[in-house]
Formats: sequence, structure tokens, C-alpha cells
Amino acid sequence: MSKYITAYYSDEVDLLKGVKLIRSKGLEIADVLTPFPVHGLDSVMGMKRSRLSVVAFAGGAIGAISGFAFQTWVFTSAYPINFGGKPLFSVPSFIPVTFELTVLFAAFAMVIAFFITNKIGPGAKTVIHDERITDDRFLVVVKMDETKSDNALSILKEAGAQGITLKGE
Amino acid sequence: MYVSPIREPLIRGGKTYSQVTKDIMAPMAGKPSIYWYIGITISGIAALFGAWASYMTVYHGIGTWGLNKTIGWAWDITNFVWWVGIGHAGTFISAILLLFRQKWRTSINRSAEAMTLIAIACAGFFPTIHMGRLLLGFFILPYPNTRELWVNFNSPLLWDVFALTTYFLVSLVFWYVGLIPDIGTVRDKAKNKIRKAIYGFLSFGWTGSARHWSRHETVSLILAGLAAPLVLSVHTIVSFDFATSVIPGWHTTIFPPYFVSGAVFSGFAMVLTLLIVTRKALNLEDYITINHIESMNKIIILTGSIVGIAYLTEFFVAWYSGVEYEQYAFMNRAFGPYAWAYWIMMTCNVITPQLFWFKKIRTSVVATFIISIFVNIGMWFERFVIVVTSLHRDYLPSSWAMYKPTFVEVGLYIGTFGLFFTLFLLFIRVFPVIAIAEVKSVLKSSGDNKNDTHHE
Repeated sequence: MSKYITAYYSDEVDLLKGVKLIRSKGLEIADVLTPFPVHGLDSVMGMKRSRLSVVAFAGGAIGAISGFAFQTWVFTSAYPINFGGKPLFSVPSFIPVTFELTVLFAAFAMVIAFFITNKIGPGAKTVIHDERITDDRFLVVVKMDETKSDNALSILKEAGAQGITLKGE
Repeated sequence: MYVSPIREPLIRGGKTYSQVTKDIMAPMAGKPSIYWYIGITISGIAALFGAWASYMTVYHGIGTWGLNKTIGWAWDITNFVWWVGIGHAGTFISAILLLFRQKWRTSINRSAEAMTLIAIACAGFFPTIHMGRLLLGFFILPYPNTRELWVNFNSPLLWDVFALTTYFLVSLVFWYVGLIPDIGTVRDKAKNKIRKAIYGFLSFGWTGSARHWSRHETVSLILAGLAAPLVLSVHTIVSFDFATSVIPGWHTTIFPPYFVSGAVFSGFAMVLTLLIVTRKALNLEDYITINHIESMNKIIILTGSIVGIAYLTEFFVAWYSGVEYEQYAFMNRAFGPYAWAYWIMMTCNVITPQLFWFKKIRTSVVATFIISIFVNIGMWFERFVIVVTSLHRDYLPSSWAMYKPTFVEVGLYIGTFGLFFTLFLLFIRVFPVIAIAEVKSVLKSSGDNKNDTHHE
């Protein structure tokens, strides 16, 4: 993104209306930065549902299978010990550890995927467009098309956005 | 026509978004108050006392404790179960109440989760030091070794290792993922360069992008779905430590639900004890309102009543089973040499929470504070009764014995208190005690100023 415009709203209700208007006029919104999750913004921006739940399921499945398989291997082949006459392959005893590993793997797989897809992580360098977006501003970032710059500015103005500024080199 | 009264707002004082940021971050700014210094000095001394007791235990051995060959588990396992129980409220509040869409949890989940993490650390300390030879502590983990031995996956004590580790790690991740946007707020408000760099690092480069928020919501919801059964599993597995043995008074199937409700009961009591002080000290009365306290008190009545019924059921089943050892164990609890502990437990856990049926009492900050401390005491004695009275007189009368804690054991307990409060006091200086972003998201639909946007 070479050139872009940022403009902000101070209320999420105005933001939702504004975003709807901007999109209907054919302007492409690169991003919306908000201090908290605004409900309804997903559908207004036309975002797809996150597939992180699939990652969580896959992680959980790996945890469950490997946990159970490991315990089975340890007790039936690696070092079989008779504990008080219990069967070596005692499924009920394996359940607690299997369950815990399922949860552990699912949670970590999902959270790591969350960081990777968002491209955030310890010390990640990201552009902070406006220091008040983590406080009380709802910022809209609009991609700039050289030919239609005046048009974009007027649409943003019409959509009731404040502090419209041209950025980038 | 009946018109239901409008619900009290979750957040009072008609706050704007920037006011919310400012109010919640206020305790982190400037120099800490004199009370904070007094608090951290006292808790630091307590932690040092614990360090001394740990030194005595490790250097001289478990002989410095009051255990004997009959009572091999006593004070430390009581403390272990008590701290694990306290660690249940945080994830209960953030996971189960999130799944139930209880918006009032937004004001208390952050500090309750922090409390959970610290409490689990305190809990983990006890079984670890009980090993005596701390250097060999890693033996509890399954790892490839030259003896080609593995851990015993049939043992509930090993299940505990997995349950507590998973619980701690998942709670930590849940807490931190929730913290990231708020750390971003702290970063953007920071004036000092070093402070900005540190919080910038910790914020993982949070930008507040709508796409990130959307995924953040998904992650929170799924983590809540994962953490909810996890909370229930942890104390279930802790109760297996007892229930899978053959000691009269321990060997009962009621233990898992009974332990879980007891854990939530004591956890909420500890959250109340801490938050009543915190909201006053940090001027957060607009955020943690009487309604929050009342809601928590209602959960205390519910879980306290479940615990009360469990006590009665245990007694009934002991009689109904016809097993004389079981019957003796319960008669011995109520009327034997440790009857005083049993009746402290009964009074604190069964009678005092029932006072919350009166609206005047459950909406009174002072009464809630006092009762929450009673519940904390009662739940400690519950674990003491279960552990010690069941062991001290079992099948063989010739090995009956009594147990008394030593100075060192008491020191370990006080030490974990010191650790708990020291870390909590540091937490309130380092991170926002209330989830700023989450409070903002419930502000419009439930704050005082909701009418501003509804008339259009």
C-alpha cells in the first residue's frame, strides 16, 4: 500500500453507517481499526468467518491421538508393568491425560495460528496509524487510487468521517 | 400491564470511552500509594518467611513437618487443594460466564484470571515441596531416561501433573490473549520511551484491526469452550487423588462434583475478598458495582448449597452403605477429636453463605467481605477435615494417631500467602486490572449513557 487515506469516527454507530456508505460508493476499505470489537462490523465489511476453529480441532485431534497412543505404547510395549493386577491396556486410566493433552494442543495450536494469521507476535513491528485507536477512535483506512483521489475524499466527507488525512509516500 | 424495571447499568457514571481508559489505567500511573508499599512490605515479609520454611524443609527434610506414618498427607495437601480451588474462579468467570453471555463478567474477569494463575502457582508449590528432594522433581514428567522407565499413567497423582500444567498454561494463554489489546492501550498512552518500548514488545504489535478483532473474538470463544470443561476436569482429577484410594471417607463417587462446586465456591469467595479491597483502593467502584458483588454472591449461595448437600449426602451414604469403617469415619469426623474442625467447616460453609438469601446482606459490601472470609476459612477446614480426619483413624486402631502442624508447615502456608499478595500487588501496577476493551464493548448496551444512542 503506497498511498492511503485515514479518517476516524468517535462512535461505533457512526462508524458502521459510514463504512456501509463508503463501501456502497465503491471505495475499497483496507482496514478499520477500533478500540474494541464492534459487533456488526464483520458483515458490514464483508469479512469471511475465521477458520481458526478448524485449527483448534486439528490440534485437539493430534493431542488426543498422540496422548492416547503414547500411553498405550508405554504400558503395552515399552515397559509393561503390572499395577495391582489391572490390565496393561487400561483405557479408563488413559482418559484424564488424553483429555488434558487434547485441550492443551487445541488451545496452543489455535493461539499460535491466531498470531501467525494476524502477523503479530512478541516485538512485532506494526504501523500505528493513530495512537487513539486503542482509546476512543474508530479509524478507517482507505486505499488511494491516484486517478480518483478527489472522489475518495468527498465520499469520506459525505460518510461523516473526521480528520481525513492523506498518508504514505 | 406489568412493566419490568430497567436493569441497573453494568458500568456507572456515564463514562465515555476515553474516561474508561483513563480510570482503569489510573492505578498504573504515577507513584504507588503508601498503602501499596505497606501491602507489598507485609506480603514480602510473609514470602520470606515461606522461603525460610522451604529452606528448613529442603535442608533438614520432611521430618521438620508434623507428619507421621499414619498421617502422610496433612497440612500441605490441604493447602494444595485449597489453592487449586481458589484458582477455579478466574477461568470459571472468564470461560463459563462467557459461554453463558454474562456481560457483567467483563469487569472482574481480568483480575480473577490473574488470581487464578497466581493461585495455581501457589498450589503447585505444595506437592513439589512435599517430594522432599526437590532436585528429583522432574521425575514426575514422562521423559526418555537411561532406566527406560515411564511414569505411571494409572495414578491420579500423575493425572494431577497433567491437569494442573494444562490448566496453568491454558489459563495463561487465555489471560494473555485477552490482555494484548489492553497492553496496546497502555503502549499508546505511554509517554516515557522505555515504557513504550516494553509495552510495545508485550503488545505483540496490536493494531486494533477489525480482522484481528474478529479472530480475537473467535479465539476467545473457542478458548472459553475449551477452558470450561478444563476447569471442571481439574478439580475432578484432584478429587480422584482421594476418591480412587480405599480410605474410608475418601472412597466415594460424590467427590468430583462435590470438589468442583467447592472449588468455585471458595474461588468466588477469594475473588470477592480481593476485589472488595481492590475496587475501594483503586477507585473502581463505577466498574465493579454492587450488582457485580450481588451476582457473585448468588453464585456463592448456589455452590455453597451444593457443598452443603454434598456434606449431608456423604453422611447419609456412609450410614446407608452399611460399611462400618465408612460409618465410623463420619462419626469420627463429627464427634471425634477433630470435631472442632468439622464444625468450623459446617458453620462457615453451610450456614454463613445462606445469609446471602437476604438482599440487604448480599448487597452490603461489609457483610460480603466478612462472609467471604468465613467461606475461605471454611473451605480450608473442609480440606483439612477430608485429609486429616480420614487418615488419622483408618482400619487398624493400633496405628491411629493425631496430627499437629509444626512451625515450618505454617511458615510454608504463610509463605504462599506472601507470594500470592506480592504477585497480585505487582499485577495491579503492571497491567490494567479490568479488561478495558471488554468494558468498552459493553458500555453502550449497558452503561449509564445507553440512552444516547438508542433514540435516533
